[in-house]
Amino acid sequence: MNEVWVQPRVEFTLNGERVSIRPANGERLSISLRERLGSRDVKVGCDAGDCGACTVLMEGSPVCACLTASQQARGKTVETLSGLIKGDPGARALVETFQNHGAAQCGICTPGMMVSSVALLRNVDCPTEQEIQDALGGVLCRCTGYRKIIRAVIDAARGETAFEEVEAPPLGGRIRRLDGFAKVTGVEEFGDDVGDAGWLAVRVIRSPFARAGFSFGDLQAFVDGRAGIEAVLTAADIAGENCFGVIPGFADQPVFAVSETRFAGEAVAAIVGYPESMRAFDEDCFPVIWEERPALAGFDDAMADNAPQVHPDRAGNVMCEGLVQCGNADAALDRAAHIVEGRFETSFVEHAYIEPEAGCARLVNGRVEIHAGTQAPVMDLESMQVILGTPEIRIIPVAAGGGFGAKLDLSVQPYLALATLKTGKPVRIAYSRRESMQSTTKRHPARITMRIGADAEGRICGLDYDGSFNTGAYASWGPTVVNRVPVHASGPYLVADYRAKSRAIHTNCPPSGAFRGFGVPQSAIAQECLFDELAERVGIDPLEFRLRNALRNGEPTVCGQTFNQGVGIKSCFQALQAHWDAARSAVAGFNDSAKQSKSPLRQGVGIASGWYGCGNTSLPNPSTIKTGVRPDGRIVLHQGAVDIGQGANTVIAQIFAEALGIPVAELILVGGDTDLTPDAGKTSASRQTYVSGNAARLAGETLRRRILRLCNASDSAVISSRGGIIEVSDGRTVHAVDTGRLEPDGEGYVLRAVETYDPPTTPLDENGQGVPYAQFGYAAQLVVAEVDIALGTVRALQVVAAHDVGKAINPLLVEGQIEGGVAQGLGMALMEEYIPGRTENLHDYLIPTIGDVPPVQCIIIEEADAVGPYGAKGLGEHALIPTAPALLNAIRDASGARLRRIPATPDRVLAAIRKVADG
Amino acid sequence: MIGQTIRVCADWKAKDASIVSYHAPDSLEDALAALTSADTRLLGGGTDIFPPALPGKAPTKILDVTNIREMRGVSESAAGWRIGAATSWSELINHPLPPAFDGLKAAARTIGSVQIQNTATIGGNLCNASPAADGVPSLLALEAKVEITSAAASRWVALEKFLIGPRRVDLKLGEILTAVIIPPHPGKMRSSFLKLGSRKYLVISIAMVATLVEFTDSRVRRARLAVGACSPTALRLRRLENELRGMHIEQLSELVVSDDHLRPLSPINDVRGSAEYRLCSVKELIRRALAEVAEIE
Repeated sequence: MNEVWVQPRVEFTLNGERVSIRPANGERLSISLRERLGSRDVKVGCDAGDCGACTVLMEGSPVCACLTASQQARGKTVETLSGLIKGDPGARALVETFQNHGAAQCGICTPGMMVSSVALLRNVDCPTEQEIQDALGGVLCRCTGYRKIIRAVIDAARGETAFEEVEAPPLGGRIRRLDGFAKVTGVEEFGDDVGDAGWLAVRVIRSPFARAGFSFGDLQAFVDGRAGIEAVLTAADIAGENCFGVIPGFADQPVFAVSETRFAGEAVAAIVGYPESMRAFDEDCFPVIWEERPALAGFDDAMADNAPQVHPDRAGNVMCEGLVQCGNADAALDRAAHIVEGRFETSFVEHAYIEPEAGCARLVNGRVEIHAGTQAPVMDLESMQVILGTPEIRIIPVAAGGGFGAKLDLSVQPYLALATLKTGKPVRIAYSRRESMQSTTKRHPARITMRIGADAEGRICGLDYDGSFNTGAYASWGPTVVNRVPVHASGPYLVADYRAKSRAIHTNCPPSGAFRGFGVPQSAIAQECLFDELAERVGIDPLEFRLRNALRNGEPTVCGQTFNQGVGIKSCFQALQAHWDAARSAVAGFNDSAKQSKSPLRQGVGIASGWYGCGNTSLPNPSTIKTGVRPDGRIVLHQGAVDIGQGANTVIAQIFAEALGIPVAELILVGGDTDLTPDAGKTSASRQTYVSGNAARLAGETLRRRILRLCNASDSAVISSRGGIIEVSDGRTVHAVDTGRLEPDGEGYVLRAVETYDPPTTPLDENGQGVPYAQFGYAAQLVVAEVDIALGTVRALQVVAAHDVGKAINPLLVEGQIEGGVAQGLGMALMEEYIPGRTENLHDYLIPTIGDVPPVQCIIIEEADAVGPYGAKGLGEHALIPTAPALLNAIRDASGARLRRIPATPDRVLAAIRKVADG
Repeated sequence: MIGQTIRVCADWKAKDASIVSYHAPDSLEDALAALTSADTRLLGGGTDIFPPALPGKAPTKILDVTNIREMRGVSESAAGWRIGAATSWSELINHPLPPAFDGLKAAARTIGSVQIQNTATIGGNLCNASPAADGVPSLLALEAKVEITSAAASRWVALEKFLIGPRRVDLKLGEILTAVIIPPHPGKMRSSFLKLGSRKYLVISIAMVATLVEFTDSRVRRARLAVGACSPTALRLRRLENELRGMHIEQLSELVVSDDHLRPLSPINDVRGSAEYRLCSVKELIRRALAEVAEIE
């Protein structure tokens, strides 16, 4: 070997300190920084330069640490977020402004965003919005919709870092996230940030084929013959059941496939070994022989006569079906003056959170302790107890770097638990971007046909809906989608004659599961696009058409449910009227001059609505919240409603503080650890503000009563808490509550309250009639879009989003949800299409960048709900539902193009424009 | 607050530390001397090497060319401009160059993101030989040559010939692409570049068009036009170039591009767009790119 080929030490300056490491050959700098130098503030999202989460400054310039060989840092200066916030004035300003604007939601992209912003602020004093976008265009965010990040950078550049929240009341207070500081300083611990660098690493072996038989070679010989490999896990290592699922009666997914795999990326085994060995391990060396078998690629394959069955007990590959009907849809359509119909197809949509699934596990006194990002810690616990065949498990949720539904299902947890049990050692796992995309759940592709009639006055007269949903290889949340869709497919309108049928179809695709909206966004596309066509037939304005049909208090939904208050859809539409009129006239002017100047650009305005029932469909989904007062007078809130970035940590605390009557800042929060915190259910179905919020309200009220009783104070007395001193003012009397003299219970609390809330619903009958949800939230959005009619490209220019949230517990977080949902809706409408085997990375699967999301104007409507805490309604899913159809309607308004296949990529848009031109 | 920190000390020694070798010489001579075996991978900015890298499949030897003096920076001589192959796109963007390079700079600004432009190199973009390489159409329009150096000799090859096909270039064992040479251009040449993608940043081209046009008396004296992402390697449309000669500047934005003009292209259907769409959009992009240079003039 030539003597120049050496493995030298690499020395460089990291955050002002000289460091010296001995990295592997061409080791990614991101690995060296995180694993050798402890800089866990550098996040890894894709290992391909597609997401920018790992951005660091090298010699002052932003680079992706995942694309930099550690050896290339030799002699250079490297700066990461944790170093920058110590010394750089721009970084210190950004720490404040990111919190002021809620520019960090889950926080996983935040280090990349902030480091990139620092580089900009060092070079440009007062950057324009365009300069900010150019500087941050390389960092993807999936939560915020970017607009608040832009505002935070503008404020930091101007030195406007103050935030006035001090005296904000808990309820309705525009306060900063309580957990924001950790996110903007890089100390927040996500799935891959908890375990130590030396812990054993787990890697899953996955099927390369959509359907394959397989057999292993000599696994024991494999382990014995490979230094650094400690164990191999297969189905044989599972003491309990090799089966999990989220819906009772539908659990069907193995941890490790046995004899045949049902989708590409399905796990068959896992290897456990020392980290450096695992990083150098070539998976092709694993002893497995594959036999590819014919697979069902989509609806047509799966629904063909004599199609092979994915599951032997599910004939015709139909997993389940749903139905809601009222009146007589056929008769109404027969008498309708106008009828429109359409067939729509949507694609798999990937959650594309910037943090791939990761976590760690260890044994503590014989119990398995799993640290991983999750939306449902107690469901994880129950599933893991079945898999491991033991109750001795503790789930400790770490910060989730985005969820949006996919972290409701198990992913890394079984592999971690089995690995630590088999080796007796602590273990870590971090999915690659590819395996995250291959193996976790997706939004269901839908194939929808819909007929809608209207009478001569433009009132809906019959609606017939039929939707098939590609649920992939396993059930996951497919049954939920199938149940939810027929309840929602009418949209928030009065539809007296209605029939909606849905079904979930198995294919050899990745399992489709929960994704913000559970099938409702797909249905809203069909319904709201056809509404525009129907309004045109009737000859009335699209907004007027919707106002005429909007559901009102006291009118029945398609399930026969009536609400006497809080049906806010009409208010949402009315709030958009002025914006609609202004936008319509502006685009008409633009288009006139565009035609004259022969410009290929056309603008259009689209509108659409959405509604969404909060909580489980006709099933119990209780939340429990616990609180206790310590002898030192500090009040602890056990808050198990997992915050995946949406803000439950803050909102639940605000509701509780309001009920108790103290400032939010006085609370000590304990998170969703299954040993410490009661079950607040899953972060899903827009239920946390409503359901866990009500439990928090009840717990606050109960604790308040108990404190008042201690002092014999009246119900009107006021509690104050400051630094552990609790005082009760009752008229002119002030009682000091001497918590130190009270006897603590086994948990160390001198006072406590535990309260549970479960939404009042009833089962649906065979026609889907009943009370599926105790509350709905409502939304209407307006999108202005510009279409290049020669290229088919679409740019969203403006969004106005009116949302009825009942009561905005925290307007800042409400805006965050709306803006983030809008961005995901734009992505779904324009660019997001997951194709198994083809778009398994973030450069072939596109999500919106900072340059793709226009300004979003949020209009918050507060029509109090009868059962929500202080009238509040859920919001998370509502934010996304109207966006895609509003954008598609804007495209049609601009260009005449009717898109029936989503996403509306430039080639599809251009084809649709040409179809109009060709008649 | 959420999720306790757990810290357990563990043995950090790998049982089989892999044999590693990394060499980052600062002279070309040293680099060529070290480049003796086929298992050596040349590393520039790393932006094409790292994304598909899988564990256990790393090359046994990495020759990092980014410190090599002769391969860095932009210089001008009577023979034209010499852009070192290890020059990053950001360095090129920030280097003062005549308007003939505006199109190339515009292309550079569309490469990935600032992070990518800061490390990705011009030589890497060429050696990676992606049909959608953003730098290639403008370099073809500039009639770039590449300088290839081995321990024995140097040779110069037209970029058009250097790019053989997707992921295939005319580079032999022991050779390094050391520079891109741009022949001298009259100062009056104008250039433009348009890239069509499905989002604003971090996007792979559906199609690209680069132009380089010289006008005299408001007429096209010379025109060069290249299209990317519509054939195995980006191509110049020479028939169209010939037809443009003599055309009045006012006519450029009205130009009708025919199927015949596009005959050399052979676009594919992929996740970014259909072949048919690529041909349609290229016609429009050509018209706009020419209108853009006409407007500059």
